[in-house]
This record gives sequence, C-alpha cells and structure tokens, in this order.
Amino acid sequence: MSNNLKFAKSHEWVSVDESGLATVGITDYAQSALGDVVFVDLPKIGATASAGAEVAVVESVKAASDIYSPVSGEIVEVNTALQAAPDLINSSPLDSGWLYRIKLTNAAELDGLLDEKAYAAVCE
Amino acid sequence: MSKRTVLYQKHLDAGGKIVDFAGWEMPINYGSQLAEHKQVREHAGVFDVSHMTIVDIHGTDALAYLRKLVTNDVAKLDVPGRALYTGMLNETGGVVDDLIVYRMQDHYRVVVNCATREKDLAWLAAIAGSFAVTLAERPELAILAVHGPEAIERVCTLLPAEWQPVVGALGNFRCVELGDWFIARTGYTGEKGLEVMLPASQAPAFWDQLLATGVLPIGLGARDTLRLEAGMNLYGHDMDESISPLAANMEQTISWMPEERDFVGRAAVTLHKQQQLAGTLPILIGLVLESRGVLREGQKVITDKGDGIITSGTFSPTLNCSIAMARVPVGTTDCHVELRGGNTAVRMVKPNFVRFGKKVFE
Repeated sequence: MSNNLKFAKSHEWVSVDESGLATVGITDYAQSALGDVVFVDLPKIGATASAGAEVAVVESVKAASDIYSPVSGEIVEVNTALQAAPDLINSSPLDSGWLYRIKLTNAAELDGLLDEKAYAAVCE
Repeated sequence: MSKRTVLYQKHLDAGGKIVDFAGWEMPINYGSQLAEHKQVREHAGVFDVSHMTIVDIHGTDALAYLRKLVTNDVAKLDVPGRALYTGMLNETGGVVDDLIVYRMQDHYRVVVNCATREKDLAWLAAIAGSFAVTLAERPELAILAVHGPEAIERVCTLLPAEWQPVVGALGNFRCVELGDWFIARTGYTGEKGLEVMLPASQAPAFWDQLLATGVLPIGLGARDTLRLEAGMNLYGHDMDESISPLAANMEQTISWMPEERDFVGRAAVTLHKQQQLAGTLPILIGLVLESRGVLREGQKVITDKGDGIITSGTFSPTLNCSIAMARVPVGTTDCHVELRGGNTAVRMVKPNFVRFGKKVFE
C-alpha cells in the first residue's frame, strides 16, 4: 500500500504511481458505513471521468451509494474481481477492493484533495 | 435516554455495531450481516430480543379475553405447552400488531413487538374492559433466540440433564416451563430453534455459555434478511393499522369459525374478504429480482392492474439476489420496479422464499 494516498471528503481515496496512473477506491470509513457490499457498478474502460462527478455505484444491503471520481481522466482498468466478490470492498477497501484505474488528465487536481491527517479530521 | 438490554455490554464485547432501534441501543451487526445470516442458515446463531414486550395474562376470563383480542382462536391451544401466531385488529380491521400467544400451565403469555409497546399495552388494557383478567408485563425477563440447524442441540447441551429430553423433543410451536425459564420452539428465521425467556440476571451467563459452544451472536441486520427470506412480516413495514390482514398475507391467522366468536375487527375484516373477492383490496406478494440490484421498501411496483408498492426489500444471501414483499392489486400478472436505469422486470412468487435453508419456489 502506498503512502501517497489522497482523499476526497466524499470518502474516496486515490493513489498515483510513478507513471502517473491513478487507482481509486473507497475508504474504510465508507465501507463500514455502507455495510456488506452486494453489487458494484463500475465504469466502462475508455470512459471519461470528471472530478466530482458520479463514476460508479456501490450497492450494499443498506443502500445504493454513488461514488464520485476524485480526479479527471480516462478509465483504463476496472477491478473485475468485484463482480464475484463485492465483499472485497469491505474486507480490503484500500487494497484488493480497489474500484478502477485512471490516466490523469489534470494532476493539479490532487493538490485540492485531502491528505491522510485532514481526511481523518473529516471522519471525526 | 435510550434503553439497553441486560446484554448491552456483551454486544460491545462481541464487536457489536450499536444503532437505535425504537429507542433501544441494539447491535445491527457484529462485523458482517451477510456472514451472520449464513451462520444461522448453516449452524447456529443467538439473537438478543429482550427488547420485545412480554405480557402475562392471568384470570378466569383469560381465554375469553384472548378469543376477543386476537384473530386466531386461542381455544385451539387445547393444552398447556402450545402456541400460535396471530394478529390483533382495531375496529376498522387494521392490524394493531402481530404477536405470539403461548398457553402456559396456569395462564397465557403474549409477546408483542418492541416498537409498538406503549400502544399495545394501552390496547390490551382497553380490550380487557370488564373481563376478569390481570395483565402483567414482564420486563425482568430477557429473551434469547437461538436458531439454525444446530441450535436446539447446542442449547440442550447447556441445560440441566433432566430438561434436555423435553426441550430436545419440542415440536414446532410447542413450549415448556422449566423452573423460572420458559422455552419455546418459535422464531423469526425459518430455521429450527428456540426462544428462551429467562430472568434477565441469568442471561449474561447463558449468553457466554452459548458463545463458548460455538453459537455466534447475530445482529438485527441479519434478523431482517432471515425473516424476509422466510416470508415473515415486519410490523410497521408489511402491515400497520391502516392495512387489513388480508392485504398482508395474514389470512391464515384468522379463524373465521366458529362464526359466533366475535373478535375485535371481525365485522370489518369480513367486509375486507368481500372486497378482496371483488378485486378492490390489494394482496401482499413476493418479488424476486433475478438481475443485479436491490429492491427496497417504498419503491413503486408497476403492474398490469395498476401501481403497487414494495413493503420490505433486501438482498437475500441464500438466493444471492434481491427479494421483496410488495402490495399489489388483486389479479396482477406482471410486475416491474423502477430501479436505477429504468423499469426492471421482477418475478412474482408467493411471499415465502427460503425454509430450512432451501429455496421454496421454482
């Protein structure tokens, strides 16, 4: 797990690797609030995501929850393991429960996101 | 100030996530309601349902009173040790609550819902009127429900030797008083199991013993998915005071015969029967969503006979798809539900989905 995680107030996390490829998921706080996840609707590969716009839906026993992309770009990969095992989001939200990978079109957006400490304060 | 059962600390110790339930602080799950649901279907789980309301009814008119109060005929409990499920109606034939009536050695016991406690106690007292009965609420008793294929066996290993054969042999809806414990084969999961009503002071130790035998604690979230799979109603959702039992899949709880038994709401519900035959009273059906998504309470159901509504909906872990109960017009043959992305077809079934772990519809 990388330590350059950034967070959105809406409880998504984004992690960027050296090549500029970003991975997005939801936080432990979010999965705990949602409860057991039963379905995940992921974006299509090739689709364009915009920062702050709805990009996916996570449906739990409790409710369906919209996921907002913290960053803009092109979706290049989605976590297909979530079809058969949506519970990965509950058991491993920051790791094997990742949602999609995205090629950033505006890296400056990361500066507008929260670091770990600021996000923890949001969750208080 | 919120209420807590005597097992509140035990829920915290077991990792319970506490939520408000009708003014009580209760565990919604202990980590995963899906895992807890599976535990009950495959092994054994224990629910703390001590927040429910127990009322004992004593007196020479107890039977006559109950035959007036509830739709099912309590005279059917011909000997002590029998129980039945029933509704009680208001004068317009709406459901005041659903409950179980137990016939004990010298008196009767009713267990009504937690959320309706104040209303029900006032109602029970009002109908008691001039009957020679005494009503005694039993808040000092706790209730532990242990259900699943291994439940009865596990509970029996914890009981005094001389109790084990009688408890092990209890048939469905049978019950027995043993010392100051009362054990019944009733429940809300569609699995075999026991509801144990015991002095609250003894509940924590019994809870610990159950957990030590491998029975796992089960929260209210799993309780809801279990009961819905089993086709059991939830008061305040599948029916309420504005709904006839005939529109809530409760006709089998009405003993129409003998005709001379005048229970509260009889005249009204007799009229409802005519209305249902004429097609002007709705029915409660089951729905199964075979594609992705979750049916939820309050969603509109579009039918070939007019609109209906989902009264309870959830994801069924046993069937791995969403199920629901819905109130729709009589004669409906086709249902769609408005889900994200459009109108989705749903299958109509009887409102009963899983029994003893197995799917019951084709």
